[in-house]
Amino acid sequence: MTQAFRIENGGLINKDKKLSFKFNGKTYFGYEGDTLASALLANGVHLVGRSFKYHRPRGFFGAGVDEPYAVVQLYRNGETEPNIKATEQELFEGLEAKSVNCWPSVNFDIGAINNFLKIFLPAGFYYKTFMWPKSFWYRIYEPFIRKAAGLGVASTKHDNERYEHKYEYCDLLIAGSGPSGLASAYAAAKNGAKVILAEDKPRFGGSLLTSDVNIGNQSGKDWAEGIIAELKKMPNVDVKNRSQIFGYYDHNMLVMSEKVSDHLPSTKKYHPNKRLWYIRAKEVVISSGSIERPIVFGNNDTPGVMLSSAAKEYLKVYGVLVGRKPLVFTNNDSGYETAIEFKKHGVDPVVLDSRKNAESEIIDEAKNLGINIKNSHVVVAAQGYKKVKSADIASISEDKKQLGKIENIQCDCICVSGFWTPTIHLASQSGNKTKFKEEIDAFVSGQSKQNEITLGAANGVFSLDETLKTSFKAGSELSKKITENDNEIAIPNVVEKKSSQHDKFWCVPLPKGKNYKRFLDFQNDVAVSDVEIALREGYRSIEHVKRYTTLGMATDQGKTSNLNGLQLVSEIENKVVPAVGHTTFRPPYTPVSIGAIVGREVGKHSKPTRKSPMHEWHEKNNAVFVDAGVWLRPRYYKKGNENLFEASKREAKNVRTNVGVCDVTTLGKIDVKGPDAAELLNRVYTNAWLKLPVGKARYGVMLREDGIVMDDGTTTRISENHYHMTTTTAQAANVLSHLEYYLQLVWPELNVNVVSTTEQWAGAAIAGPKSRDLLQKLFPNSDVSNEGLPFMGYIEGDLFGVKARIFRISFSGELAYEVNVESDYGNFMWEKIIEVGEEFNIQPYGTEALSTLRIEMGHVAGSELDGRTIPFDNALEGLVSKKKDFIGKRSLQRSAFIAEDRQRIVGVVPLDKQTSIPEGSHLVKDDKAPLPNPKLGHISASCWSVEYDNPFSLAILKDGKNMIGQKLFAMSPLKNKVIPVEIVSSHYVDPKGERVRS
Amino acid sequence: MLYINCPHCGMRSQNEFSYGGDASVKRPELNKEVSDQEWDNFVYNRKSLRGKHLELWQHISGCRQWIKVERDTATHEIFRTFKADEEVA
Repeated sequence: MTQAFRIENGGLINKDKKLSFKFNGKTYFGYEGDTLASALLANGVHLVGRSFKYHRPRGFFGAGVDEPYAVVQLYRNGETEPNIKATEQELFEGLEAKSVNCWPSVNFDIGAINNFLKIFLPAGFYYKTFMWPKSFWYRIYEPFIRKAAGLGVASTKHDNERYEHKYEYCDLLIAGSGPSGLASAYAAAKNGAKVILAEDKPRFGGSLLTSDVNIGNQSGKDWAEGIIAELKKMPNVDVKNRSQIFGYYDHNMLVMSEKVSDHLPSTKKYHPNKRLWYIRAKEVVISSGSIERPIVFGNNDTPGVMLSSAAKEYLKVYGVLVGRKPLVFTNNDSGYETAIEFKKHGVDPVVLDSRKNAESEIIDEAKNLGINIKNSHVVVAAQGYKKVKSADIASISEDKKQLGKIENIQCDCICVSGFWTPTIHLASQSGNKTKFKEEIDAFVSGQSKQNEITLGAANGVFSLDETLKTSFKAGSELSKKITENDNEIAIPNVVEKKSSQHDKFWCVPLPKGKNYKRFLDFQNDVAVSDVEIALREGYRSIEHVKRYTTLGMATDQGKTSNLNGLQLVSEIENKVVPAVGHTTFRPPYTPVSIGAIVGREVGKHSKPTRKSPMHEWHEKNNAVFVDAGVWLRPRYYKKGNENLFEASKREAKNVRTNVGVCDVTTLGKIDVKGPDAAELLNRVYTNAWLKLPVGKARYGVMLREDGIVMDDGTTTRISENHYHMTTTTAQAANVLSHLEYYLQLVWPELNVNVVSTTEQWAGAAIAGPKSRDLLQKLFPNSDVSNEGLPFMGYIEGDLFGVKARIFRISFSGELAYEVNVESDYGNFMWEKIIEVGEEFNIQPYGTEALSTLRIEMGHVAGSELDGRTIPFDNALEGLVSKKKDFIGKRSLQRSAFIAEDRQRIVGVVPLDKQTSIPEGSHLVKDDKAPLPNPKLGHISASCWSVEYDNPFSLAILKDGKNMIGQKLFAMSPLKNKVIPVEIVSSHYVDPKGERVRS
Repeated sequence: MLYINCPHCGMRSQNEFSYGGDASVKRPELNKEVSDQEWDNFVYNRKSLRGKHLELWQHISGCRQWIKVERDTATHEIFRTFKADEEVA
């Protein structure tokens, strides 16, 4: 197929490289340097989608980030991405895209019936209609609306692309590479400042690429290219294209999304798809330019109606004519510039100017070229369904209320210019108030809140000469503050045509008897009539009008519609625009891929994976691992065809009968050193610590100030002023911060140092009736008898030449020891234990067996210490000192904490001794009681008791102390289970604790 | 993201710190009789100030020191930072 609308000469595309691409299944050709939009327009394709609500045909409206219509589903290298603006997507060989929001096809869309029903689909239609009956919402309305509405479809496949994050610091960050960005970057760079210049488009230069100006005897485009080439050579400058600064956050942190690979058929090896930059800048220059706004008229959404600046860009950058019979409708001189470009390429445009008289150099040029100009004329309505075929035009009275006789003229596109809206998003996100500038009928940034300055068109300055002068100056001054250099820059001479004042006119009145839809927001199908309804129904705040009508929402965020919406509201409300105000400009300025925001932190990289020194041994011995915080721990060691249940039962049984070994490296360990270490422990733990002798361990519970248990563990006195504290795996980091808080802020007089030693020690718990025999063989020179190493004793030993710490502590409730060696010897220790333990039938056991052992002993763990329980609830009140003060003690006097029927830990056994009780089940008195059934407690942990060979659970139960022997029901609506149970003591096995002392 | 001047390390991004609440709260002395009201005020009751606020941060991924930060809760402006034992004038 030929590119019928491509001009012979002109454009910045590379005509030597032809690219083929597919749109809606049909193959077309474009050139390197095209966007999908320009390539389609070159082929005469104007119909690209259907509108959101009425499914009206949609074409191209802009040529960049402001595009409200041409949103497509993109297919690239086996992946698909929704909501891509065709005006931003660069063409590559083999690109495939499809229209969205139409079914079965863009040419014949069943949803377009909404267009004829539009009288029934006014603002707030969904809110009003689908409220009733309530039960219809989930089953009928919601699924229907979901299917009918929405734009693209997200992929459900794993995204194989890689996204990176980068942190950067600079002196000057410059957002936008138009004249103001280039001038300020250049001046700052010359002063030696570290500069980052960001441009969202592939080409640098902004408006200079399309404007007919002369800077220092060069065209604007050539001047821009020269500056960029020079900047690229400077080591202190980073020049980034395809990079959109989309958010301005606190303390001059800005975030930029760099499209690294989107313009290529596939991502290069080792390259990311996108890179997200977090940039901390000393100074920020907002040179984001301005966006042309439309004039509102009847059927102004018809394909072929587009911004005049977009038509000019397609012609000058891409060498594409958007039509051969263009009608230019303008209220200012910009429309003439577009008309002149058409004329220069042999196309005869008609210009309708809403102004009665206007004189300027630009208009003179148009007149000299013989362009047909009609003053005091407007487009009343576009005609044509899938493409503009003609326009109804009329003269308009000076007060813009009366239309003259309507005549129809042939045209194939309508290029509309309603003047320019500065892009103040970043300035507003910085925290600046905005102010309304009457001369340009738009908002500009008020006083800077952070170290930033807005320059050029973004600041409502449309004269190139003035922009360059202020921007060179700003770049010099801002960088001088930082680098203290003050290099003079010769400001080039500028030749530009002077323009005249624009007309404060934005909406064409409806002719008598006509009911054309006049759209304000093209992406969301918000028409003038919708805003009128919202106001009639009492919505006053502009934020409410926005949400009720959806004006300014969705992927373009109303870049072309906001101001006209405000004009309308102010007109109806009889207010001035600044009194109506505007909706908040929130980041992101443009849609950002979720992948870019997430970066590398996906899958396994979402958190660090920590492994014990014995990890490889576990792997070799068929360990099945489980995540324990950031650690990987063996859950069980699979033998043959065993499942989790069978393996953990075997492992736990072996501990109760022989001896087992468990990797406990992951336990948090904190070294506590200093003359006041005992005093610190005494204040942190609920029990007494001042008299603990050297060589002894003690179990301790620590509270938060609100009386809730924070953590538990044993702490051992290694020497006079040195303690070894252990914490649970999960709370290790919090406990360290907690200790640091008290030492640094509350009791700085205590002479104590704390440091984490979790990773310095590898730990193995040796548990079971044969553990002492094994220990004796491991440490033949140490006295590990009950007298030599009694329960809660500590000695140092020699493990085949390796220094080891031996603690006689037990979590399993059996006779047990914990051996620690320096991490590097962890595997050596483990292999020795296994090797020597063979004759005692040693087996390694994982966290599942560990849980079983502790549950049937009634030892509490994370599932009971869940941030809601006090010592009493865990049957730990015996550890709460009555004599001394400690963190959280005062809170234990709260009335709820001393209530007679306070919750407490109990054991739970199913009456049938068969059915395992799901963790999280509720305990209730009456299983038939109406919902919500009063909850008495919950099952915190469940296991299969290897001692009694039946299920056993722990529960936190209201008035638990007096409930022993009661029959209740454990209910799990999630698992659809109701289990009759009996409440027993939480100490199910060895209630007197004789084994640990044996 | 805030940019916090750690008095020990210099300017660092907020993601190196963890927030620790109102720095003006003083823990009642140990072994001292404390009324319910006083204890409640210490544990639970906080003013949710709009404006200048002295707060605690810990440089958790840095020097691990707890520091005091004078910050405007509305604008996020940080006026001064102090070491834990520094008197706030």
